[in-house]
Amino acid sequence: MSDDYENKTGYQAQSSETISSGGSGRSGTASDIDYVRPAENAEQDLYHGHSFITKWVFCQDAKVIGVQYFLLATFTGVIGLILSWLMRLQLGFPGAAGFMTAEHYYQFVTMHGMIMVVYFLTALFLGGFGNYLIPLMVGARDMVFPYLNMVSFWMFFIAVGVLLASFFVPGGPTGAGWTLYPPQTILEGTPGSGWGILLMCISLILFVAGFTMGGLNYLITILQARTRGMTLMRMPLTVWGIFTATVLAMLAFPALLVGALMMTLDKVLATSFFMPTILKAGEVLEYGGGSPILFQHLFWFFGHPEVYIVALPAFGIVSDLISVHSRKNIFGYRMMVWAIVVIGALSFFVWAHHMYVSGMNPWFGFFFATTTLIIAIPTAMKVYNWILTLWRGNIRLNVVMLWCLGFIVTFVNGGITGIFLGNVTVDVPLSDTYFVVAHFHMVMGIAPLMVIMGAVYHWFPLVSGRFLNETLGKWHFWITFLGAYSIYFPMHYLGFIGVPRRYFEMYDSPYVTSAVGMNEFISMAAFIVGAAQFILIYNIIKTLKTGKPAGHNPWQANSLEWLTPSVPPEHGNWGEKLPVVHRWPYDFSVPGAKEDFITQTTPPSEVIETEVEKT
Amino acid sequence: MHPGIIFFLVILGSVLFHIFTPWYWTDIASNWGGMDDTITLTFWVGGGVFIAVCLFMIYCVFKFSYKKDRKAEYQPEDKKLEKILTWATTLGVAALLAPGLFIWNQYVSVPKNALHVDVMAWQWGWQYRLPGEDGKLGTTQVININDNNPFGINLDDPNGKDDVLIQSDVINLETNRPVKILLRSVDVLHNWYVPQFRAKMDAVPGIVTYYWFEPNKVGEYEVLCAEYCGVGHYAMRGGVEVQSKEDYNKWLSEQETFKDLIAKQEIMELENKKIVKNNNFLLNKEIYKEE
Repeated sequence: MSDDYENKTGYQAQSSETISSGGSGRSGTASDIDYVRPAENAEQDLYHGHSFITKWVFCQDAKVIGVQYFLLATFTGVIGLILSWLMRLQLGFPGAAGFMTAEHYYQFVTMHGMIMVVYFLTALFLGGFGNYLIPLMVGARDMVFPYLNMVSFWMFFIAVGVLLASFFVPGGPTGAGWTLYPPQTILEGTPGSGWGILLMCISLILFVAGFTMGGLNYLITILQARTRGMTLMRMPLTVWGIFTATVLAMLAFPALLVGALMMTLDKVLATSFFMPTILKAGEVLEYGGGSPILFQHLFWFFGHPEVYIVALPAFGIVSDLISVHSRKNIFGYRMMVWAIVVIGALSFFVWAHHMYVSGMNPWFGFFFATTTLIIAIPTAMKVYNWILTLWRGNIRLNVVMLWCLGFIVTFVNGGITGIFLGNVTVDVPLSDTYFVVAHFHMVMGIAPLMVIMGAVYHWFPLVSGRFLNETLGKWHFWITFLGAYSIYFPMHYLGFIGVPRRYFEMYDSPYVTSAVGMNEFISMAAFIVGAAQFILIYNIIKTLKTGKPAGHNPWQANSLEWLTPSVPPEHGNWGEKLPVVHRWPYDFSVPGAKEDFITQTTPPSEVIETEVEKT
Repeated sequence: MHPGIIFFLVILGSVLFHIFTPWYWTDIASNWGGMDDTITLTFWVGGGVFIAVCLFMIYCVFKFSYKKDRKAEYQPEDKKLEKILTWATTLGVAALLAPGLFIWNQYVSVPKNALHVDVMAWQWGWQYRLPGEDGKLGTTQVININDNNPFGINLDDPNGKDDVLIQSDVINLETNRPVKILLRSVDVLHNWYVPQFRAKMDAVPGIVTYYWFEPNKVGEYEVLCAEYCGVGHYAMRGGVEVQSKEDYNKWLSEQETFKDLIAKQEIMELENKKIVKNNNFLLNKEIYKEE
C-alpha cells in the first residue's frame, strides 16, 4: 500500500539513494523514471476574444471570469458589511439611527445573512477561486465549457441585480430572516412579504441555475481535463476542496431551488405547500393543509451542505497555503483527501440538527446528534494535520501565514462551539440565542474569511504580477483578527444569559440589562473590523500599479498555477505545450534535493541534488 | 512583537474572560440542571482541545519560524499517530455524545403526572388553557376561533367545557410539578421560551408540539418568543409566575372556565336582545309619536 502511494505521489524518486537502488523496478535511465502516460484526448480549441467586450466583459477565459466573480461577490459582500454596521448600530446603541425601524432592522438582518452566505462566500470560493485556480492547478487550458462558464457569471450578475433591486420595490426587501421560514415569510406582518420575497425567490432561482452551469464546468474540468501525470491523488488540496464542494452544491442547491419555487407558488398562486390553515386579523386565510416544517427540511437539506460548500474550499486552500509557507509537505495528504470526501458525504445526513426545537418529531434528535458529532472526527483530523504540518516546518511568518494561523484559531473555536450545538441536549437552551449567532459567524464567517484573505495575499502576485504591501497586510490582519475575535468570542456569553437572536430591541429584560456594555463593545469592534477591510481595497489599488514585481513563482511553490510561461498567465495558460506532471504538489524540503521545493513538473531525473553524504 | 506572543495573549485572554466573566447562565429554575452539566462538560473537553491545539500551534510558530539554513522535516504521513488521534477524538466525541443523548431521552419522555398546558400563540401574543376537573384538554381547531370561542375549542368535545381559560400573557404554575407545554400557533412559527427553564420548542401552525419541564423556584419569569415571527417578534413577551401549591390553587380557583364564558355570553346575548327590544319599543313609540 505504501509503495503504491509513493509511486503515485512520486516523492520517493528524488532521493538519489532510491533512484540508484531502484525501488519497485525503477532502475537505469532517466527516460524510464520520467515516464508519464501519453495524453488520452486531443487538446481543445479555445475561443480567443479580440475586442474589449469579448476579452473583458463577455469573456470566456476562466481566469477573467474568476476575477469577475471575485469583484462582483466582493461588491455584494461590501453591501452585506454595511448592512451589518447598521444592525450593530441598532444593537449597540438602540435608537441612535433615527431612521431605524423594526422593519428596516429585520430587512437588514435578512439581506446581510443571505448576501454573505450565498452571494458572497459561495460565489467567491467557487466562482472566484474555482474559476481562476481549477484550470491552472490541474494543467488545463481553460474550463471544458468556456461559453457555459461565461453564461454562469452573467446569470450570477442578473441574480445579484434582482436581489439588489428588491431594495427599491414597494415594501422593500424581505425581512423574513435569511432562513425564510414560512408562513411568516409571505404573510403581512413580515416586512417585504410582497415584492421583496418574490424577488428574493427569483434571485435564488437564477443563482442556482447559473451556479449549476459553473459547477458542471468545475466537475468535468477536474475529472476530464487534467494534464498528463496529474492523477487525482496528485491534485492540490485546493482542487479537492473545490471539487467536493461543487459535488455538494450540485446535490444541495436543487433542494433550495425547489423550496424557493414552491414558496413562490404559495405566494403567487396561493398553493399550500408550506401553508396550513391560518387565522390572521380575525380571518381564516385561503390556505390549508401545508407543512411549514417541510420547508425547513428542504432549506436545511441545502443549508447544511452549504456550510461545507463554503468550508471545504477553505479547508483545501488553507492546506496549500500552510504547506507552501511552512516549506513542508501537507501532513497526511491521503487523510486530508479522505476527510474532505467523508465530510462532504456526511454533510447530507446532519441537516436536521438545525431543527432540534423546530417541532419535528423529537425522536429524530438521537439520529441527528449522532451523525453531527461523527462529522467532528474527520474535521478534527484536518485540524491536527494542519498543526502537524507546522511542526518541524520552516515557517515563514508572512501575512499569508498569519491569516492561516488566524484561521486555525477561529475555526477550532467555532468548531468546538459546533459540538455544543450539535449535541441535541445542549442545543435546547442555546438554540435561537446569540450563542448560535456567535458560533456560525466564527466558524463559517470569520474562519473562511481568514482563508479568503490569506488566499488573496498568496495569489495576488499571480493574478497581477505584483506583491501586495506586506506592512498594510499586517495591519489588515491584526485589526481583522483581533477585532473579529473580540466581536464573536464574548457574544457566546450573551447566548448563555439567554438573549434571543433577531431581537430589534431588548427593552429592560432583567437578564439583558447586564449585557448593554458588551453590546456597545461588540458594536464598536464591528465598526473597526469593517473599516479595516478597506485597507485591503486600498492595498490592491495601490499595488496594482506600483507594487513590488513578483516574477515567476515568487513563493517557491510547487503547484502548476505558478509554472505558467508568463505571469500573469495568458489565455490558454500554458503557451505551446501543456505541462507534464511528475509528482504531487507537496515536495517541499525533500531530503537530498538542493532546493527546498521541487515543482510538480520537475521530472525525477532533473532534480538538482545536494552532495550525497556517504555514511 | 512576535506574532506568537499575540496569539498566546488571545488564548490567555479567552481563558481569563471565561473565568472572570460577569455574563453567564441566568440562574436555573427548572429540573434541567442536566443540560447545564452537559454544557459544562463540553466546555471542559472542548475548551481543553481548543487550548491544546492553539498552544501547540503557537509553540510551532516560535520553534520553527523561518531560518535560511534550516530545512523542514520531510514526513508525508505517520499512520500510527493519525490512528491514535482518530481514536482519541472518537472517544472524546462519544464521551460528549453519551450524556447528551441520555438527557435528551428524558427531554422527550414526558412524566405521566405532568400538568398539560395549552399555549396558544399568534402575531404577537400568548394565551393559555388548563384542563378542568376532568384533567383533559378539549380538542381545538383554528377555524373555530372567534370572539365567543377565543381558543377555538370544538364545541362537541365534552372535555373542553371545563377547560380553564387564561386570556392573559402571564400564566401561573405550581412549583415542583412537571408541566407538559402543548404549543400551537394560529398563524406563524413562535417559540415559548423562558431562559431560566432552559427548555424550548417551536409552536408550529397546523400541528401541536410539546416539551416539558418542572419549575422548582418560586418567582416571576419573563417569556420570550424565540423563533422569528415577523416584525413584532422582539415585543412578543409574556410571563410565568411560579407559586407554591396553596397560592397556585387559590389563583386557579379564580380563573374562568369555558363553561363560565359560554354562560356569560348567553347572559350578555339575552341582555343584548332585551336592549334591542327596548330600543325597538322606544323607536316604535317615537315613530308613532311622529305620526
